[in-house]
Amino acid sequence: MKPGYLSLRGIAKHFGKQTALQDIHLDIKKHEFICLLGPSGCGKTTLLRILAGLEKADRGKLEISGKDITAVPAGKRNFGMMFQSYALFPNLSVGENIAYGLRNRLSKSQIADRVEELLGLVELGEQRHKVPAQLSGGQQQRVALARALAFSPDCLLLDEPLSALDAKVRVKLRREICRLHRQFGMTTIMVTHDQEEALTMADRIVVMNKSRIIQVGTPNEVYENPRTPFVADFIGAVNFIGMDKNKHGGAALAIRPENVQLVREDHEKGKQGVVRELEYRGAHYRLVAELLGMKDAPLQQFVVIDVPAESMISLKIRMNQKIFFAFPPEHVIQFDSTADLAAAQ
Amino acid sequence: MNMNIWLKRIRPNAGSWSQNIVMLTMTAALLIAILLPLGELVMKAVTDQEGGFVGLAHFANYFSTPALVASLWNSIKVSTMTTFIAVTLGFGFAYALERSGIQGKWFFRSVALLPLFAPSMLHGLALIYLFGNQGLISTGFFGLLPELRIPLYGPVGIVFSEVLFTFPQAYLMLAVALKSADYRLYEAAESLGASKWRTFWTVTVPGTKFTLISTVFVCFVLTFTDFGAPKVVGGQYNVLATDLYKQVIGQQNMQMGAAVGVLLLIPAVVSFVVDRISQRKQSGWLSAKSTPYRIEGNRRRDALFYALCSAVSAIILGIFLVAVYGSLVKVWPYSLSISFSRYEGLFEGAGPFANSLIISLGTAIIGTLATFMLAYLIEKSRACPVVRHTSYFLSMLPLALPGLVLGLIYVFFFNNPNQPLNGLYGTVWIVILCNIVHFYSVSFLTMTSSLKKLDSEFEAASESMNVPWYQALLRVTVPLSLPTILEIFIYFFINSMVTVSAVIFLYAPDLKPASVAIVNLEDSGDIAPAAAMSTIIILTNLLVRTVIMGLSGKLRKRTEGLLLRKEG
Ligand SMILES: Nc1ncnc2c1ncn2[C@@H]1O[C@H](COP(=O)(O)OP(=O)(O)OP(=O)(O)O)[C@@H](O)[C@H]1O
Ligand SMILES: [Mg+2]
Repeated sequence: MKPGYLSLRGIAKHFGKQTALQDIHLDIKKHEFICLLGPSGCGKTTLLRILAGLEKADRGKLEISGKDITAVPAGKRNFGMMFQSYALFPNLSVGENIAYGLRNRLSKSQIADRVEELLGLVELGEQRHKVPAQLSGGQQQRVALARALAFSPDCLLLDEPLSALDAKVRVKLRREICRLHRQFGMTTIMVTHDQEEALTMADRIVVMNKSRIIQVGTPNEVYENPRTPFVADFIGAVNFIGMDKNKHGGAALAIRPENVQLVREDHEKGKQGVVRELEYRGAHYRLVAELLGMKDAPLQQFVVIDVPAESMISLKIRMNQKIFFAFPPEHVIQFDSTADLAAAQ
Repeated sequence: MNMNIWLKRIRPNAGSWSQNIVMLTMTAALLIAILLPLGELVMKAVTDQEGGFVGLAHFANYFSTPALVASLWNSIKVSTMTTFIAVTLGFGFAYALERSGIQGKWFFRSVALLPLFAPSMLHGLALIYLFGNQGLISTGFFGLLPELRIPLYGPVGIVFSEVLFTFPQAYLMLAVALKSADYRLYEAAESLGASKWRTFWTVTVPGTKFTLISTVFVCFVLTFTDFGAPKVVGGQYNVLATDLYKQVIGQQNMQMGAAVGVLLLIPAVVSFVVDRISQRKQSGWLSAKSTPYRIEGNRRRDALFYALCSAVSAIILGIFLVAVYGSLVKVWPYSLSISFSRYEGLFEGAGPFANSLIISLGTAIIGTLATFMLAYLIEKSRACPVVRHTSYFLSMLPLALPGLVLGLIYVFFFNNPNQPLNGLYGTVWIVILCNIVHFYSVSFLTMTSSLKKLDSEFEAASESMNVPWYQALLRVTVPLSLPTILEIFIYFFINSMVTVSAVIFLYAPDLKPASVAIVNLEDSGDIAPAAAMSTIIILTNLLVRTVIMGLSGKLRKRTEGLLLRKEG
């Protein structure tokens, strides 16, 4: 791959005996919106802090448009960072918080103009004299965003900007961040452990697990073609449906619940099962079916199936009812390696 | 986008080399002020006058001198007695204020803390007014009642006045432990049908066990190393602390003094270690889910505790009032009319009281600054971890140093012509330095725990915006820490006003502090002027505290409002 605008080469980081990151290679294009996605403790924040220059990598190189910045201190990188806790200064007003990083760079009147502009941008003009404790969580988040944007950073780093907010505000601010990104086009790297956030916002998703990058790709790629069972399981739900014995070494097979097809009793490849759980999810139902073997003996193997609400009514599916289903071959996902299967389940 | 070009301009240097320099300088200061003098003590204890190594000869010599061994035993005896009484009373008092529904808690609490504002000699002076040869009680209020004479001078007097001295400490420590209980455990015990008595022994005592152990050690060490009380009411009863004074000041026997110093250090170091361990263990008892203790109504329990608190408070107040009364009486016991003659001249420009004010203000100002900077750099900076850990360790060390030992090691270390810092000796600066070190650890811990409450990302956020660390410090951290800064200012001031143990070795004759003046006055039998001096110290301390707390009360409320976290 040709080196990107921002390029990470073999970054590794340890905290004592604890490995936080190993062997991180990543190329990010200019103006791209990247989401770092992964379970808690996989090293997302650490990677972001290394990008910001707040943490030193043990090994590896960091380049921005071909220039080595591995040793450049945080303040000199011109990266805007928004922290997981927001880190708004509690004793300074909204306006002062936003102006904080500008004091040494601009004249008084320039600062006033810039703060005005940013307050307008995040729609907080009225709140400028309040201190953070007087703001709601969503408003605090926007102040933090404005503060990170204040000096027009080359790169914007966001650490779980939405995780402390309730669902409604979250969706609204998600759009707001995307709007700002479109408007200014700064390269943006956002950490999240919410797959939906990553799928809806990112140009490309970087999936991490246990201090490594597992897969990089567009949301569509990552969802449709997960490279490992871990990725498949972490992003969306998935059924693991056994091994493909034709392949050498064996390959794991999986299918997403929405791709499992309900079929008639006499379908040639149909399998039979009994509905053990039934969950209403608005537009669809999620069933958990237990597979039945010879003579209807329960096999203790389960398959998750998403069924649209109208099919549920037309097929009259109820608890403990026998159903028939098939795995359409075009939707079956294959994994080359079964190495991290255990990790995923 | 014209502005962006502006923004890309080379920015001021926000690098942290300046921070590293400050950190290194302060660590070096700690090293010189704490570790090197301590090393000097150990050296002196195992060498002879000419500096030759003699091993444990001084200790052998000590233990083969019956009089000296006797005072070691005396020290252990009075310390054990004091500890038992003070911890029992402290526990009862703290239990009454935290776990019962009695009235007037505010008043009882204030009275319990009153002794902290007084030099420890004051209790002895008051006891002389009460139980001395011409005492109020010994003479039955000058013949109104039957005489009641107790053998004040000796163990009885020492224990009595040490209990007064250690009681507030015991109360404070135990109150914290009793306040932070997990009520769910009590509900569980009740639902399992445990009796009140059984609940007390299976929930309350284990829940406070570690603090209780710490309190026992702290009280023991405070008594074991206290100098004021045995000096005033000890009579012929020698203890280790007075021995040390006699060896060093009286006989100029530095080597033997060092050996006694090491003996005094032993329980203090043990106590330090025990305290560290129990702090760690105790913190496991509470979780975020804990619910605060709810006090149930119980008339009999309240009546009992009300009686206890009233009795203890009456004794403490009585002691203080007697001392004040004694200082006002014209000629005890012959002319009991009130006069202010003892107070005349106390405020003179060059008197001990003025000296004390200078020393205490100097200690408070410099000490607060140094404590804040060190706590900040250790807690918040990203300076070299080895330096930070060394600093932290050195900052805890003074907790294990009794005042007497601290004064002694400062004499050893600074009163040495070959020492580059010898110039400090005999000036007011060495007294200030000694006081700062003496009260540093507690202030440091207070400051650190307050800094820990601030988001650790403030510094990172500043750094990522290329704002120099000292600007972030001045604009954000200092304003948010101001209430705690004022609190440690008061702590330094009050303790510098009342302390004798360390400064008695160090003060220059023309810069005698008031607390030492009290000891000297008492030595020459001038009880009333000593009482007057004590009264002035207490009043000053109360005044300073009231004024500053008045100021910081509002500040604290505001700061707490700012730090309030709003979710969602
Ligand atoms: N300063 C530190 N000292 C020691 N260990 C650390 C430090 N910072 C992070 N770690 C460890 O490194 C690992 C990665 O931590 P990191 O904060 O990057 O995880 P994360 O992916 O951001 O998790 P979360 O989603 O919970 O925020 C964790 O195991 C963590 O315990
Ligand atoms: Mg994180």
